[in-house]
Order: sequence, then structure tokens, then C-alpha cells
Amino acid sequence: MPGLYLDANATEPLRPEARAAVLAALDLVGNPSSVHADGRAARRLLEFSRAQIATAFSARAQDVVLMGGGTEANAAAVHALGRGRAVLAGATEHPAILAAAPGATSIPVLADGQLDLAALDQLLAAAGPALVCVMAANNETGVLHPLAEVLALCRRHGALLHVDAVQAAGRVALDFTGLGAETMALSGHKLGGPKGAGALLLRPGLDLAPLLTGGGQERGRRGGTEALPAIAGMGAAAAAARPEAATRLAALRDAIEAGSGLAVAGQGAPRLPNTTSLIFPGLPAETLVIALDLEGMRVSAGSACSSGKVARSHVLAAMGLGEAAGHAIRVSLPWDAPADAPARFLAALARIGARQDRAGGASTPRVAAPH
Amino acid sequence: MSASANRPIYLDNHATTPLDPRVLAAMRPWWEENFANPHSIEHAMGRAAEEAVEAARAEIAALIGAEAREIVLTSGATESNNIAIKGAARFAASQGSDRRRIITVATEHKCVLESVHDLAAEGFEPVILPVGADGLLDPEALRQALSAPTLLVSVMAVNNEIGVTQDLATLAALAREAGALFHTDAAQASGRIALDVQAIGADLLSLSGHKLYGPKGIGALYVRRRPRVRLAPLFSGGGQERGLRSGTLAAPLVVGFGAAARIAAAEGVLDAGRIAGQRDRFLQALRGLVPDLVVNGDVGQRVAGNLNLTFPGDTTAEAIMAAAPGVCVSTGSACSSAEVEPSYVLRAIGVPEEAARKTLRIGFGRFTSPADADRAAALLGAAWIATTAPHSAPFVSAE
Repeated sequence: MPGLYLDANATEPLRPEARAAVLAALDLVGNPSSVHADGRAARRLLEFSRAQIATAFSARAQDVVLMGGGTEANAAAVHALGRGRAVLAGATEHPAILAAAPGATSIPVLADGQLDLAALDQLLAAAGPALVCVMAANNETGVLHPLAEVLALCRRHGALLHVDAVQAAGRVALDFTGLGAETMALSGHKLGGPKGAGALLLRPGLDLAPLLTGGGQERGRRGGTEALPAIAGMGAAAAAARPEAATRLAALRDAIEAGSGLAVAGQGAPRLPNTTSLIFPGLPAETLVIALDLEGMRVSAGSACSSGKVARSHVLAAMGLGEAAGHAIRVSLPWDAPADAPARFLAALARIGARQDRAGGASTPRVAAPH
Repeated sequence: MSASANRPIYLDNHATTPLDPRVLAAMRPWWEENFANPHSIEHAMGRAAEEAVEAARAEIAALIGAEAREIVLTSGATESNNIAIKGAARFAASQGSDRRRIITVATEHKCVLESVHDLAAEGFEPVILPVGADGLLDPEALRQALSAPTLLVSVMAVNNEIGVTQDLATLAALAREAGALFHTDAAQASGRIALDVQAIGADLLSLSGHKLYGPKGIGALYVRRRPRVRLAPLFSGGGQERGLRSGTLAAPLVVGFGAAARIAAAEGVLDAGRIAGQRDRFLQALRGLVPDLVVNGDVGQRVAGNLNLTFPGDTTAEAIMAAAPGVCVSTGSACSSAEVEPSYVLRAIGVPEEAARKTLRIGFGRFTSPADADRAAALLGAAWIATTAPHSAPFVSAE
């Protein structure tokens, strides 16, 4: 399919190492829980993949619980840790967290998208026993939250910390043991692995009351036959992802931002190297995304799960960008983004801008705005 | 899959089935060409992935006589069973229903029993019905259990250890008369017996990809639309699958599941006839070596591929398996097969513990050849002889 894929935060292209691991795993017949020779071969690959994931994020293999994806990992953490505790969640968290804790208290963010630590301190002082849920990196803006400072506040107030690292994993270095959080959620396909696998990392000694019960797999912490090919691909992707490749992606991202001349949500904050949220004042975001798609540029107006809907971004609204929120597009560079990505994207954007000018400003007869 | 000489003979098709090469071929483009998120419908690649997912959903629906929009895709049958049972109970309770009873059967898969058990802590009343020595649920026992207001009845279509097939249509009709929902765990049934949600009268039905020669990591839950069955999700998030199961759909796995369903719909009947032939051939050959073998569970009302065999004499299942490393069989369900305690399914049908310890589950599948059946019978027969009469030389080489 021709075009340029710039929607990595929806899903990363499959890494060749992951593809090879998936295809090799598909040739194994057995169920990893079976005790016969075929089952043991499947178990060996399962444990090898688990160790790859553990190594990539500085966790112990026995603390890696394999699951169906990042949404499930987040839900499982909140389910197990949130019992009997007040849940505090960042205002810009992914819907997976917001839905898992519908009664959660929202922790505000600053204008640059980073968590407001002073507000968190006050909320924790008032909350009693609490669970804090904070994403390592935001999926729409790429803004990184100050996790070490968040953890220090949690410890001071006796709160637990769950980190949603779905978007950060593989793009910036993550040291789970060094950080010291209770749990961390990972998604295979955002690492460049296949869809259908995820993991929850547990602090050593922490047990997990299962969300999916039955069968006793994963030491009773997650029932169901493990999705071996997807997990093998996730392990290979975790091993192959090189956060040091960040420099290359950051340079491409910077070129896009500078060349576009557009305002960028969260620009002042530390961010993922691959993500930019561009505010294009001339067109509604949905219209611009369609126009870019016709130019072969695959971007999105928000997160993929909600991209069928026209709902306003709660992320940009929380940053005080209410008006601009309807005009922001997310450009997220995949791990294999080509060097000419900025030039091609900027040329497409310029063609749309020129048509826009000919059509006379904000009203665009060429492309009907959905709403 | 067809065996090389050094490859073990795989007779554990209840634990998981080998991937059909046609399924692999269907999945590959979704790993190798278009990797897009099927929910990214703003761009062309995402829409192509979405179309493939929807085509697969239609194929899965067709396998069980459902509509595509009645299929909720999940990570597997365990998740489907959790959503069906906990979701139905929690939604009804949230609507103020005073029905609290949840009825299931002693021989269900662990994930059904544990889901029902979990609900006891939330104020529901689990009722676990016994089965007969044949493994079948007596409809009269269900009728009596339904005398109290009941929310849900969950009965598996095919047992994962003894292969018996329950009379779902009769059981579902009883549930419906009593105003209860009827769920069936059909993970072991799909592709092996005909399944039609209308003929059964099922409200909820769970499926698994990897029990159907598809990939692991994908399953489905059928949720009836007319009349509509309402469920609370197990977890939420991006709102995919109409809010019932959030999370990015694994497009290649969905496509593989769809291909597996399409193949099963076209070839299931042929498979069943051929597989029954290998099973009978195996049993006849093994009986020639091992007298007084006992087949557990109803012989007539069971899937073609299943045998559950208690061996005579002073031996154990583990000893026989260890003496026959060239055959992959099991002592019970895979998830609990690492446990040493004997099968609760066998206990439920009245098999004494001493006999249960000498019992093997043998599962024939689409790729079992007549030669596999012959060789497996010879190897297991020799293994039995070697373990029961260690001082006499076996008359068949155990290799």
C-alpha cells in the first residue's frame, strides 16, 4: 500500500525480529501448559519470551504476567490494586485507565501536559490509602510524566503506583526495578510486536488477584491459554527495540515541527521522540486527517480506539487547549520511519494548505467536515 | 503437521490444535503487508484491516448460525466465559434484578467454575449440578434447580476431558421457560459438532481459535441480539467491540480465526467422519494389547476425536506417558495437567481415584493419520506392558 505511515502510536509496524518469532512459534503445536514433549517445547518458548520482556524493562521474569494486551494489563492492575483504595488518575490518562476506575479522582496536568505534582501532593494528603495511575508517556502528545517524583510522593503518602507504559515502552528507556512502582502495563503491538499480547510487570513480592479467572495459568494470576505466537513476537520486539534509536526519530520529529510552522501541544515538556501533536488552525482535525489520507499520509486526530468517534480530545482539553483541541492532529513516527518522512509530510501539508487558500479560508468545499 | 519419523505423534487435540496451513496463509499478509490498527479507520490502511476483521467476524458468525454483529471478539474462550458469566450477572444486578441463582455443572472447565465461584462473593448463589456416570446432565436435575429464580445457566457443549456432548437444546429450553439466560462454553465443540445458536436456543456461546486449528490468543463470545442479551464488560477502555471488550483487536489473529471457522464450516463433517475412523482404529489396536481397557463417559454421545481411557493393572498414567515419549497425550485438561491431583471431571462421573490415576485423555484431530493411530496404539500398548510387567520383556518394541 503506497503512502507514508505516521500513526505509530495507534500501532507500530511489525519488527522483522518479531515477525520471525511469530512465524516460528506458529509451527509449535503444543499448549504451554501440557506436560508432554510438544507442551514442554511451547513452554520453553513462552519462558524465553517472558525473560526477553523482563530483561528489556529490568524486571524479574517471575514478575511478568502475560496477558491479551495493554488494555487488559491496565484493567488487571486497577482491579487488583484499587480494592479498598481511593484511585487517583492523571487527567490525560488513556481511556483504559479512566474506564477501569470510573470513580477516580482526576490529577490535573500543567499547560505543558505534565502531571501537576503540587496538586498530586494535596490530593494524596486528603485521600487516605490510594492507588495512583499515571502513564509514562501520553498517547496523543507524547508528553512524559515525571515518574520518579510521582513515586516519591506516593511513598511519602503510603500510596501505590501503577504506570501505564504502553506508549513509552521501546521508545524511551524504562527501568521497572529502578523506578520501584507496584505495576507497569505493556502492550506488544506498540513495541513493534504483534497485536494480541501484553504484560503486567509486578514489583517483586506483589501478588495479583486475577481479572480473568480459571485454568490457573500465569501462576493463577491470569487464566487462559497463553497466546504463544503473539507473546513470542512481543518478546522479540522487546529485545529488538532500541530506545537509543530515539535520536534519529527525534530529529525527524523536530524537522516536521519546524517545517510546519505550527503550534505543538506540550512542546515545552519532555516528550517521546516520535510524537507530535500539531495544531492546524485552518481546518477541523477530522477533515485534515481525511485530506492527508488522500495524500497518502496516515495520521490520526486522536487515539485510534476513539478515532471513529468525533469526541473532543480529553487530553488537550486537560491542558487548557479546549479551542485548539478540534484542530490537533497526531503525527507519530514508526520505528522504521524513512529519512524523507518530514519532506513528504510537509509537502502534503503544503498542498492541502494551498487548496485551502484557493477555496477561501476556513470553509472547505472540497472536503466535507463530518460535524 | 504430517509427522516426520522423529516427531512425536500429537494426540492432545483438546489442549490445543495444530495450526492449519491454510490459516497461516490467511494470516501472513496481516503481519507481512498491512500491520495497521483495525480501529484506525481514519486512514486507508486501518480501513483495510477493519474490513478483514469484519469479513472474519462474518465467517465466525456463520459457523454457529449467528449474525456478524452478535460476535464479540476476545483473547480466548477463558475471557469469553468470564465476560459471559460475570457480565450477565453484574448487568442484571445493576438493573435491579432479584434473580441470584447461577447454575452450572460439576464437569465444566475451570474458568467457568471459577467465574461462577467468584460471583458468590458478590451475592450470587452458585448451584453446581452433578452429572451421571455417562457424564451427561439430567434435564430433570436442571428443571429442579430452576425452581428458584435463576439468572443464568451455563453448560458446556463438549467436555474437554471425556468428550461427551450435552443435549443443549433441551437444557436451553428449560432455562428459557424459567426465564434464565443460557450460556454454553463451546470451545471444545466448534468445528467438531454442528453448532447453531438458533437450534440450541443459546443466549451466549463461547468459542476459542486455537481449539479450531486457528491461532492462540483469539476467541469470541456470541451475544444474542433478538431478544437482546445485555452484559457488563469485564474491563473497559477504548470502547472497542461495542464497549463489551476494549483493547486493540489483533487483526492477524482475527483473520486466522475467521479462516479456521470457514474451513471448519466446510469440512467439519468430513473431519468428524475421518477422525472417528482413526479413533476406532486406534482403540481396536490398543485393545489387542491392553485387555479390559475402560472408556470413560458416554460412548455414543461424544465427539469423534475423544477417548478417555482407564488402563488396567498396577500402573499410573504418568508412568505410561513416560514410557511412551513418542506420543503426546495427557492426563486431563492442559491448564491443570501440571497438577498431581486426579481429574475432578473423572471424580464427578464416579471414577474411583485409583482408576483416575491410570487414565489418559487422548484427542485425535484433523491431522491425525491412520499411521499415527497405529503407531500410537503400539507405543502406548508397549508402554502399558512395560510399566505393569517390568520383569517380563515387552513383546512390542517401545523404541
